[in-house]
Amino acid sequence: MRIVVRSEICSGCETCVSSCPYTAIVMKEGKAFITEYCQLCRACLSVCPEGAIIEVMEEGEGVTVAEPSAYRGVWVFAEQRNGKVASVAFELLGAGRRLADTLGVELSAVLFGSSEESARELIKYGADRVYLAQEPLLERFNDEPYARLLAFLINTHKPEIVLAGATPIGRSFFPRVAAILRAGLTADCTAFDIEPGTGNLLQTRPAFGGNIMATIITPNRRPQMATVRPRVMKRLEPDPSRKGDIIYVKPDNLSSRTKVIDTVKEVSELSVNLQEAEVIVSGGRGLGDAKGFKLLEELAALLGGVVGASRAAVDAGWISYSHQIGQTGKTVCPKLYIACGISGAVQHLVGMQSSDIIVAINKNPEAPIFNVANYGIVGDVYEIVPLLIKKIKELKGL
Amino acid sequence: MNIVVCIKQVPDSAEVRINPETGTLIRDGVPSIINPYDLHAIEAGLQIKEKLGGKVTVITMGPPQAEQALRDALSMGADEAVLLTDRAFAGADTWATAYTLSRAINKIGADIIICGKQAIDGDTAQVGPELAEFLDIPHVAYVRKIDSITEDSIIVERLMEEGYDIVEASLPVLITVVKELNEPRLPSLRGKMAAKKAEIKRLTAKDIEAEESLIGLKGSPTQVKRIFAPELKKEKKMLEGSPEEQVQKLIEELKGLKCQFL
Ligand SMILES: Cc1cc2nc3c(=O)[nH]c(=O)nc-3n(C[C@H](O)[C@H](O)[C@H](O)COP(=O)(O)OP(=O)(O)OC[C@H]3O[C@@H](n4cnc5c(N)ncnc54)[C@H](O)[C@@H]3O)c2cc1C
Ligand SMILES: Nc1ncnc2c1ncn2[C@@H]1O[C@H](COP(=O)(O)O)[C@@H](O)[C@H]1O
Repeated sequence: MRIVVRSEICSGCETCVSSCPYTAIVMKEGKAFITEYCQLCRACLSVCPEGAIIEVMEEGEGVTVAEPSAYRGVWVFAEQRNGKVASVAFELLGAGRRLADTLGVELSAVLFGSSEESARELIKYGADRVYLAQEPLLERFNDEPYARLLAFLINTHKPEIVLAGATPIGRSFFPRVAAILRAGLTADCTAFDIEPGTGNLLQTRPAFGGNIMATIITPNRRPQMATVRPRVMKRLEPDPSRKGDIIYVKPDNLSSRTKVIDTVKEVSELSVNLQEAEVIVSGGRGLGDAKGFKLLEELAALLGGVVGASRAAVDAGWISYSHQIGQTGKTVCPKLYIACGISGAVQHLVGMQSSDIIVAINKNPEAPIFNVANYGIVGDVYEIVPLLIKKIKELKGL
Repeated sequence: MNIVVCIKQVPDSAEVRINPETGTLIRDGVPSIINPYDLHAIEAGLQIKEKLGGKVTVITMGPPQAEQALRDALSMGADEAVLLTDRAFAGADTWATAYTLSRAINKIGADIIICGKQAIDGDTAQVGPELAEFLDIPHVAYVRKIDSITEDSIIVERLMEEGYDIVEASLPVLITVVKELNEPRLPSLRGKMAAKKAEIKRLTAKDIEAEESLIGLKGSPTQVKRIFAPELKKEKKMLEGSPEEQVQKLIEELKGLKCQFL
């Protein structure tokens, strides 16, 4: 494919020039011209008021697979830590169930290095079938054996869609699976749909640090693979009466050239598990010092939540990196996010803007954090938060 | 020690925004930069070389203009630079990018390959692990500390959700690095002068004997169907009044919600 400007139609309005994220469009003799910078992202196609920018397909283009219809069923990879199924796996089952029902196919889960009991749990949460491999080598996450075994299972059973969590684990080994299978992989998706007619999976995800959204398809290859951002998809209510099969997988020849020597948990006074927390009270540079986080911890504890931070607060050394939220930190999606003294830079917003309810407390009424907040308080953190703590305590009779 | 660092030239995404009314990207003069994570990858490569000797080769696949990113890396102290550039590479997704890089790295030879955690344009974090698979070597993603490295093995800390893992891997190996790993050095004046004159090796699809059906748009299983602006947040309420009144209003609002915070 190429993107071309039909110069006879181009009016020279330059709208496309600023639409290009790669600076690939320049003006030449009053007409738009696509340079070699072009990454074929198509951002310019829809912006031309004249419709002068078009895509041209070249002969023999597009990879094809023998028979997409030979692939059937939706799979999710259920990640576990210390044998316990991670919450993202239940969210994947929620999303997977919906897709499987739309397509009229079965939903299977793949579980490595965990127990039969965990496999049953996956069935309660929506799986029709669980592939369970219980090798000791799989108990701790290890890229190569995970990738090899999953690729083998996919090759054998040929599902049309395979999802994994966009967690450090999923984002590390899933690309290897895609490489082995010559499959398309879409990272960190936040929404899925099935395209009517083609049955293709429409995979929507943020790009450019959350500044734009893109919908990706994998029309000619199977399976269609995606990692899914944690805490975005809704899990189903567990149904203990659900029936499903557990299929035991006995892999042989598994090996690994990496070895996990130790797993270290980093916990502060208030143990952080940001991605699973329902309430997060987050602090930024506006706190002024490390002591401010003591105040936030008190508020978080009252609400049954944990403490997060902006990068500025982490860089200042007031709190450890494991609390950082945003593009270079964690992505969170709690029910309640209270941002205290955080300006709301886009790199911070991408990590928290899908929270259900956002409360912002900031001295500056112009702070961009207010653009994403459901409730905004213009005020001093050191005045507002102690009051809030006091009122909540009164309410709880403490 | 042959150290290869994969870098990508990206638009400075902090400045890329979409106009919610027209759905167009607004970016007046957004500069192209080396992907910020890749600066840490370069720094890691230079530190390994300082310890164990050898050379650092930086490699990028991109349009001819990506040469600037390579010169910037040379000015930091990299020894050699390779530019993979060919019309046939355009439109590559992560699969085709990783394949293309693997063809070139097979030619160059590497004991350790260092990538950034992710590129800030696509934010996929997939090229590193895919590249390792194509090269049939192990990888460790999200490396935040290198505890030790010798000619045949490496021990690193891998950032995980609730802390970190200490992971040992045999060489050759690929690692992807996060910003905590180090502080990238600034180019020296001498480095800058040398980088200006340095020769940059250019490779085309033919040079790396890449399979035509596996590169560029043709080789890419994924396709972008649509690009659009993210939805802006639902209804928004500023809580007015004295601090007491504001807090009281907030408490009322939170109490009124279905979920029980209070
Ligand atoms: C590639 C890249 C990646 C990045 N990744 C991240 C990331 O992952 N996470 C992240 O958070 N940032 C990230 N950043 C940094 C980001 O751009 C911002 O610099 C950062 O988020 C700012 O943090 P802040 O809001 O705490 O500080 P500031 O922007 O300094 O804001 C402080 C706010 O506090 C308010 N304030 C001051 N005193 C008070 C008070 N007493 N009471 C109430 N309000 C007060 C001020 O009005 C101001 O709005 C990244 C940047 C880049 C370039
Ligand atoms: N075109 C490219 N040329 C060289 N390296 C790349 C390229 N694209 C990605 N990389 C490397 O892969 C990492 C992850 O990129 P991505 O998978 O696009 O998020 C980057 O930090 C680079 O180290």
